Amino acid sequence: MSVTWPTRLDEAVDAAAAPAATLLAGGTDLAVEVNAGRRRPVAVVALRRVPELRDLEITPAEVVVGAGMTFSAIAAELAAAVPALAAAARTVGSPQIRNAGTVGGNIVTASPAGDTLPVLAALDASVELRSAAGTRTVPLRELITGVKRTAIRPGEVLVRIRVPPRRGAQQFLKVGTRNAMVISLASAALVVDEERRTVACGLGSVGPVPVRPAEAEAFIAGEIDWERLTVPEGAVARFADLAARAARPITDHRATAEYRHHAVAVLVGRALRRSIDVVPA
Amino acid sequence: MSSQPERLPRQPPPGTRGQPLPDDSAHAPPVAAGEPVGVLAPYELSVNGTVRRVVGAWVGESLLTVLRDRLGLVGTKGACEQGECGSCSVLLDGSVVCSCCVLAADAVGAEVTTIEGLTPPDGLSDIQQALVAAGGVQCGFCTPGFVVAIHDLLSTRPDATELEVREALSGNLCRCTGYGRIVEAVRIVQREREAVGG
Ligand SMILES: Cc1cc2nc3c(=O)[nH]c(=O)nc-3n(C[C@@H](O)[C@@H](O)[C@H](O)COP(=O)(O)OP(=O)(O)OC[C@H]3O[C@@H](n4cnc5c(N)ncnc54)[C@H](O)[C@@H]3O)c2cc1C
Ligand code: FES
Ligand code: FES
Repeated sequence: MSVTWPTRLDEAVDAAAAPAATLLAGGTDLAVEVNAGRRRPVAVVALRRVPELRDLEITPAEVVVGAGMTFSAIAAELAAAVPALAAAARTVGSPQIRNAGTVGGNIVTASPAGDTLPVLAALDASVELRSAAGTRTVPLRELITGVKRTAIRPGEVLVRIRVPPRRGAQQFLKVGTRNAMVISLASAALVVDEERRTVACGLGSVGPVPVRPAEAEAFIAGEIDWERLTVPEGAVARFADLAARAARPITDHRATAEYRHHAVAVLVGRALRRSIDVVPA
Repeated sequence: MSSQPERLPRQPPPGTRGQPLPDDSAHAPPVAAGEPVGVLAPYELSVNGTVRRVVGAWVGESLLTVLRDRLGLVGTKGACEQGECGSCSVLLDGSVVCSCCVLAADAVGAEVTTIEGLTPPDGLSDIQQALVAAGGVQCGFCTPGFVVAIHDLLSTRPDATELEVREALSGNLCRCTGYGRIVEAVRIVQREREAVGG
């Protein structure tokens, strides 16, 4: 039984190579599992002291977010550079959870309700994984393979998240049973890129992995007047409907599939209205 | 319901003969029946400015468990043990976290401040006094967690608006007061501190 407290990334990667190693970031998923008796770590590698994992780099070419950045840090530091990610971080749990929980842990847990996932999907983000065998970069859409399943291999440390530049409005909206401390029943991220003239949409909690409604995205990009940044009223409902059709929600103890389906359409329409001026058709 | 994982005891009794338990990793060394359950080597935590030695803890023990059951600091309460209620709030290097979500061994090298550390030796802090005055304490179970969260809020945003106060306290549940009196207590502290400061 052991704990290691690496203070450098290479030490963390070495420690992660031990077969029984359990990586620990903020503990908001892991400790809850341990408290409930569902996991029993034997060799914990505590990542909190590795400064490289908290690095943030904002350049015109890319935003690089350290996997160990807490939700509080992301909400504070990325509000201008990646507003949808900052907004998602701000909706997570409570101040206590946001001060401890990290974006890297959110990704690795890969819960369908993980609030950063639809945002990172809409941003075409990729993650950098490092192990004793080397470094590889994997797009988020290939990383998350199912409910709480990822393509991360044993011994790999998620080091940073690479977010390509997007110029335009961004939104993140979620619905739950109340305002605070709530797991998303449905969520939607919208990322407009005026440069490439695209609208990307990520839907959360309505499928095993974040959903990108490709047909809806292509439709709305064709409806927007990119010179004026307006969209005709009639296109909003169609966009929302197309997006909701791509969703694959399930009924569980939190909500029915029908409700999630309806909610996600409302969120997508609202996110569009907040991003682009809607004009009479 | 065979998929339901077996519920394990929160901490293996140190020094006793343990049951074989499923390990986190398939590669973990198996624990044979009758073998002593492993514990961590003793480690030190800095709690309320004092170095405390933790002996006999296992690796998965939460900071909440260590504070209460090993260090006797029972002011910090525990209820849900899943980060939902905030009754276990402490400051870890100055920011408020749920001690049930922190593995105690991960607090090595950090400064832990509990409700005991925020309570003056000779009475109550202004926050505690205001909670009493406003009627924000009924059964009192949630109070230590609220005091820690309010302390954190007012040290970073002394002039927080009511909306900001409510958001800052959204991780703390109270089953008795309905929150109005707790929010009122924050306002009392803000007024008093402002009067003193300016
Ligand atoms: C009360 C409560 C409310 C919550 N509310 C929300 C919410 O509203 N929205 C939401 O999305 N989530 C919510 N969560 C879950 C959220 O806090 C976690 O998903 C968090 O992001 C996990 O990060 P962590 O740093 O705490 O990870 P940990 O718990 O430390 O680790 C989680 C997993 O990730 C692995 N891991 C962590 N870091 C790395 C790394 N760098 N490389 C490789 N593996 C790694 C660990 O081994 C572990 O398997 C909530 C949790 C609680 C307790
Ligand atoms: S006991 Fe920690 S949040 Fe409830
Ligand atoms: S006073 Fe009883 S829970 Fe708050």
